[in-house]
Amino acid sequence: MTRVLEATVEHLDRGPLDRDELAAMVASGIPPGSYVNLGIGQPTTVADHLDPAAGIVLHTENGMLGMGGQAFGDDVDADLTNAGKIPVTETAGASYFHHADSFAMMRGGHLDVCVLGAFQVSRHGDLANWHTGAPDAIPAVGGAMDLAIGAKRVYIMMNLFAKDGTAKLVPQCTYPLTGLRCVSRVYTEVATFDIDSAAGEVRVLETFGIDVATLSERLDVALTTR
Amino acid sequence: MSRTTIHTDAADAVAGIGDGATVLVGGFGMAGMPTTLIDALIEQGATDLTIVSNNAGNGDTGLAALLSAGRVAKVICSFPRQSDSYVFDGLYRAGKVDLEVVPQGNLAERMRAAGAGIGAFFCPTAVGTPLAEGKETRTIDGRDYVLEYPIRGDVALIGAWRADTMGNLLYRKTARNFGPVMATAAELVIVEVAGVVEAGQIDPETVVTPGIYVDRVLNLSALTDAKEAAS
Repeated sequence: MTRVLEATVEHLDRGPLDRDELAAMVASGIPPGSYVNLGIGQPTTVADHLDPAAGIVLHTENGMLGMGGQAFGDDVDADLTNAGKIPVTETAGASYFHHADSFAMMRGGHLDVCVLGAFQVSRHGDLANWHTGAPDAIPAVGGAMDLAIGAKRVYIMMNLFAKDGTAKLVPQCTYPLTGLRCVSRVYTEVATFDIDSAAGEVRVLETFGIDVATLSERLDVALTTR
Repeated sequence: MSRTTIHTDAADAVAGIGDGATVLVGGFGMAGMPTTLIDALIEQGATDLTIVSNNAGNGDTGLAALLSAGRVAKVICSFPRQSDSYVFDGLYRAGKVDLEVVPQGNLAERMRAAGAGIGAFFCPTAVGTPLAEGKETRTIDGRDYVLEYPIRGDVALIGAWRADTMGNLLYRKTARNFGPVMATAAELVIVEVAGVVEAGQIDPETVVTPGIYVDRVLNLSALTDAKEAAS
């Protein structure tokens, strides 16, 4: 079942979500029957928490719908990988297509949800996730910019605070942008947010181990509840 | 008699590639990577190349070997930085190779445009980002787009699964990736395949790349047969 909340919920009887719980939380927000792209890295782990009965079909930008889980042992096939070049399997009803078709599918608005990581998300839903802007960094964008503007709904999965404690949900991104006004939801270890990009409004859906008031003090972004 | 030629010698298959050529190289990671053709290109000696590929080489083989042989002046790709892209990383940091980073979908679509005779196209990808800086933009029906131009190759090197003697191609699983698009976008299209069958042996309904796009086919199973006969 897709997780739907009537009002903002503060879960104060527990700590922040661990990585596995966060992946499960993202999975719970994906409607049954959705066509979904899971980004490289942490978003890939969302697949482990999808209900097989929900009929969710995974897209991988290197040309496949109906991607299955990671392949091991005899199931490894060098011709069958995900976007992270990890060997995967195919599910019944899978299909293959070339790269231009795969990205046309994305840009054409046919994917329901994509899940990406982020360095920063702004209150207007701007996303920065491809480049830190460090002068010695080799730029590499992959499919991130196409995914950010292509999927109907873009979910971000990240820690709300960087290792140095700075918030990654910000009034305005300072890192180079991946896409403008493209993020609709942000899943973090301490809270889940919906973003109204036109209004620049950030609404808290639920919190984990922290209350909304404390969370507001730690962010430069005004929060609303429902 | 088909215009497509079938080769059993890799050197023949890559003959005539000139210095300064723009070479489209298929593959996503190692899936669909035409490694035999790349090795033959290293042997052949063409230099000052512009390479268009999703990545910029893995480990020490294939594109990485071409780079480390000093044959590449510029790489146009979406994702050069990988855990094992140390050959490219070293050359780039030493200022020995130019880099144009292109969003993956734009990389594919720009080659598709080249192959389809499209002069340019407006695309929503990268609007408002550093990769759109200096490019023409237009608002159409309230949405912003960036003008993107085709990428055309002098040569395409592609890995496919099976060809027939007409040059019709089948691919395997996600090794298809850039192959069908690159096949349309280059003047000289060279494909390595695991095996070649007679015309008529591939169901026409299943052909992915029609032979019109394919100039030369390198039959890898013939190479394997020849190696086995020699040993």
